[in-house]
Amino acid sequence: MQLVGLAVLTIVFSATSRADAAASSNSAVVAKLAYCQDCHGQSGQGYRGFFPIPRLAGQQIEYLENQLRAFVERRRPNPIMSNVAHVLSPDMITALAAKFRDFNPKPLGGGPKDLVAKGERIFQDGVPEANVAACAACHGPKALGYEQIPHLAGQLYPYLIKELTNWGKERGQNPAHPDASFIMAPIAHSLTKSQVDAVAAYLSDLK
Amino acid sequence: MKYTRLKIAVVAMACFAVSAAAAHAESLAIRNCTWCHGGSAQGYTPAPRLAGQRPQYIEKQLMNFSAHTRDNPFSKLYMWGAAANLSPLAARNLAVYFSTIPPKAANDGDRELAAAGRAIYQEGIPDANIVACVACHGPNAQGVGEIPRLGGLAYTYLKRRLEQWGQGYHAAAGPPMPQIASKLSPKHIAALASYLSFMK
Repeated sequence: MQLVGLAVLTIVFSATSRADAAASSNSAVVAKLAYCQDCHGQSGQGYRGFFPIPRLAGQQIEYLENQLRAFVERRRPNPIMSNVAHVLSPDMITALAAKFRDFNPKPLGGGPKDLVAKGERIFQDGVPEANVAACAACHGPKALGYEQIPHLAGQLYPYLIKELTNWGKERGQNPAHPDASFIMAPIAHSLTKSQVDAVAAYLSDLK
Repeated sequence: MKYTRLKIAVVAMACFAVSAAAAHAESLAIRNCTWCHGGSAQGYTPAPRLAGQRPQYIEKQLMNFSAHTRDNPFSKLYMWGAAANLSPLAARNLAVYFSTIPPKAANDGDRELAAAGRAIYQEGIPDANIVACVACHGPNAQGVGEIPRLGGLAYTYLKRRLEQWGQGYHAAAGPPMPQIASKLSPKHIAALASYLSFMK
């Protein structure tokens, strides 16, 4: 009888402390989310600061998680983001990624409209003569991404240009720990500047 | 040609008169600003320096003074009236003019706090959910587009603006400054304002 009572008490107390832990971690997530929103926008739509701050809304959870870890491990050097990321626990990272996944604001836009058609052709058909596969083949016909492959629709125009132009200098920078970013390296390298501009214009306009 | 030199003289005088009139008209509008903002637009407390400020930022502030969006006490007392009769074109012209004047740093912060201010500005305080100002305002606090240049602004002006957002006054741009500044403690504000006041 006493053992049952003891068992019941243990269950009740552990449930309570789990609820407490859940409540305090929830408010920590809310506070941390607001911190992300300060730069990335209230709905994660991104922001044209001095540096282009990318859209996080609708991003694939696995991709976001990978990037935050890449910042901490310096596979993706970025002084601002490694500072941000190094205080994030794995649980916090997953919680934040899940929140941003659910936002769906309009794209920030502002890219050149006259390049959109050319960008759409490159995105959907690739550039066969340069051995560049169709982006849609991996990123999806609507650029929604899949698991590790990022959602690109509505991403910022200057950010897309920066990433594609600087891919080899910004991603996979720790040779001891190669990551999936190597897949994009030859593609980013083969695209010409005007092709990069066009694809960026197309994607930055895409809902 | 008869009376050549006379004709040339008349044309020259007419041009001089026109440009003098134009300069006179331009300087009237500018003097309305420099009464308070200082003869070389370097600021004269409580009015901030306008020299070297991003033109889109100045323009946006002027339109928001007219619309009463920016509502802190000095804005209400002085700038709502000053901007009330400005057309968008006049606002733009004034903004462009002031942006071209080379700015001088105020250099009036607390030197002992500048290093702490630099850390907050360049790195933020992730544990306290305080973002790094550099992301939007740039490595030299020079700003871009509608985001203002902060480098070299007066200590008291920067301090007051950061405090006011924490007190609930509104920014012309809406988010994110009010919520960012609300997280700053008085020590953070003093450090940031000091660091920035020394920046060229």
